[in-house]
Amino acid sequence: MTKVPPKQEGDPNTTGHVWDGIEEFDNPMPRWWLWCFYLTIVWGIAYSLAYPAWPLISSATSGLLGYSTRGEVAVDIAAVESQNEGINMQLASAELTEIAGNPELEGYATSAGAAVYRTWCVQCHGSGAAGAVGYPNLLDDDWLWGGDIEAIHYTISHGIRNEEDDDARYSEMPAFGEILEPEELTSVVNYVMQLSGGTPVDAAQVDAGGEVFLDNCSACHGEEGLGDREQGAPNLADAIWLYGGDYDALIETVTYSRYGVMPPWTQRLSEAEVRAVAVYVHQLGGGE
Amino acid sequence: MTEQVTPPSLYAAREPIFPRRVSGAFRNLKWIIMIVTLGIYYVVPWIRWDRGPDLPNQAVLLDLANRRFYFFWIDIWSHEFYFVAGLLIMAGLGLFLFTSALGRVWCGYACPQTVWTDLFILVERWIEGDRNARLRLHRQEKMDFRKFRLRLVKWTLWLLIAVATGGAWVFYFADAPTLMVNLLTGQAAAVAYITVGILTATTFVFGGFAREQICIYACPWPRIQGAMMDEDTLTVAYRPWRGEPRKHSDEVKAGAEMGDCIDCMACVNVCPMGIDIRDGQQMECITCALCIDACDDIMAKIGKPRGLIDYLALSDETLERAGNAPRPTWKHIFRPRTILYTALWGSVGVALLVALFIRADIEVTVAPVRNPTFVTLSDGSIRNTYDIRLRNKNNEERLFGLAVQGDPTLRIQLEGTPYGSVPVPADASHLQRVYVVAPPGSAPAEGGLTDVRFWVEDLSNGDRAYKDSNFTGKGSN
Repeated sequence: MTKVPPKQEGDPNTTGHVWDGIEEFDNPMPRWWLWCFYLTIVWGIAYSLAYPAWPLISSATSGLLGYSTRGEVAVDIAAVESQNEGINMQLASAELTEIAGNPELEGYATSAGAAVYRTWCVQCHGSGAAGAVGYPNLLDDDWLWGGDIEAIHYTISHGIRNEEDDDARYSEMPAFGEILEPEELTSVVNYVMQLSGGTPVDAAQVDAGGEVFLDNCSACHGEEGLGDREQGAPNLADAIWLYGGDYDALIETVTYSRYGVMPPWTQRLSEAEVRAVAVYVHQLGGGE
Repeated sequence: MTEQVTPPSLYAAREPIFPRRVSGAFRNLKWIIMIVTLGIYYVVPWIRWDRGPDLPNQAVLLDLANRRFYFFWIDIWSHEFYFVAGLLIMAGLGLFLFTSALGRVWCGYACPQTVWTDLFILVERWIEGDRNARLRLHRQEKMDFRKFRLRLVKWTLWLLIAVATGGAWVFYFADAPTLMVNLLTGQAAAVAYITVGILTATTFVFGGFAREQICIYACPWPRIQGAMMDEDTLTVAYRPWRGEPRKHSDEVKAGAEMGDCIDCMACVNVCPMGIDIRDGQQMECITCALCIDACDDIMAKIGKPRGLIDYLALSDETLERAGNAPRPTWKHIFRPRTILYTALWGSVGVALLVALFIRADIEVTVAPVRNPTFVTLSDGSIRNTYDIRLRNKNNEERLFGLAVQGDPTLRIQLEGTPYGSVPVPADASHLQRVYVVAPPGSAPAEGGLTDVRFWVEDLSNGDRAYKDSNFTGKGSN
């Protein structure tokens, strides 16, 4: 129980509210402040009617203005696409080898190609283009079918070992498990391991393996094992293995062969997009 | 026990304020500050500054599209934004310094709300006359031709000032002469018109109508202020021990000897905030010191010493009430707190200046590509890739040479060029992909991480810069 001391002249005005002896100063707000507050409420209601706002069971109210963020993005995308129409036509009709000499075209193709790559290619070749077992690394300087811009463009256009495109690249290594004796298999694997600069598992078999290699493999891979890009035959003398270079992986490769595939991209991408991604891959570090 | 009283209304109409004209030392100081600050604001975007053919020739320009800030000979890139942060810290410390020494001197002299309101009141006085004439016009309920004409002229002038204010703002963000032409011919960007429109509206409403209400209801500064003032802070105050009892008080009517205050209301009539400084320090007071000028004028007329209302510190009250002289002003200003603020302010400033002068004209940043960390090439050598950003801050194209240091076997290659150097355009940055190759069997190729240092050299003058990174070998797996 507290007594409020009687008012004296000069005391500040109070609202008359008293709680346990604590009084509230009277500092009235201006009336326009209140109207501003009411205005924000009106604005809020009007806004929620004009724009998508109120959640319904499976969607939301669409708003009287018919605005949607998705629609706005669609407009932006259409604007960018029409803006790029000219340079896309230029890219689709340019000489492949001349793109690199045109900084504007090359810059556009590299950026556009990176976008195409991230959409369509990363699933197999990886986001950094380093590939994986069975999926070629696009950063290195080893190419099965050639690493100049025209060869890369052809590979992307028609793909590898697919039936949708008659011009797809095909290489067909026999499954030597049905042709060679088991000791011939192990000896040729030992020979190939030494060929690429590695250490064979059984050095005694290397000489015999060399004979087997000359008789069965050199037709495609060459007498020195350097491969043949015309046939897509890999270079066996370098440090790079698509399916692994250890003994077990090589035994599996020779016994059953490997049949990697790649789709023909002309069926899904425009010519400008195919060329853009070819330029992008060409400049990743291994282009010839 | 709760006492129930019918509460007064929680909302009150604004009492219009008609500040009277005043002249004096502080009024003159305020005029000078108004001319200087408004002059800087309106004129600066039009100052030209030659930076060579590839760069804008506007002395002060915030180029948001290219993320660059030009200030006369200083050119700040987005990654150097800490300079702006440093300036903001200095502004904050400066505010602490001035507030602890001189109270709300910012509010009274330099705040845009104060300066533009002062300008709007000046226009109002030119058109409608001084306080009494404006009061009469306000009380005249009938909107006759004269009142309509005066209001129309006043609002038109206010609007012109407001448009000029909103217009000047956007000139800081684009080439002023070009933008001026574009604005006038309707070709400027929508955002320019919207910005001009919003700032025109706020200037017109805040300066013409809201005025002191912005300070009282909208600004947080008056509330923060209390925490920064102490008993030595100089602030505008009335000397009641000298002025009271004032002329029309009950004491004087009862025969008491009158103090110096003749209750002429001059201090109240000139106040742009509509308060009575004789009630003591109050939140509404912006310490514009116009009441000092008004009171000094009256004191001179009645032959009393000046300073009945004056810049006073709280600690002086006790001294003066006891009949002693107040402490000299400089003793209020130079005390440990303000000296500390000055030292902090100065050290930030010196640090910024040093940082500004040791800035190199070339810069390099290195981002190793980690996806994948390394690539095996067909001959068995190991290659790492780096994204190197080269910045050329000169106003002409320069050829930058790149070299790698760390192991003698490492070789550097630049993507897209057979050479070891790359041209970087004037005042631009260039992103260069760089390969570093370690031959098979070498220590970096077989090992884990090898420390490397990238050197970049401006081939025209030999300026060099470097950045450290590392090389990932097969041994890292």
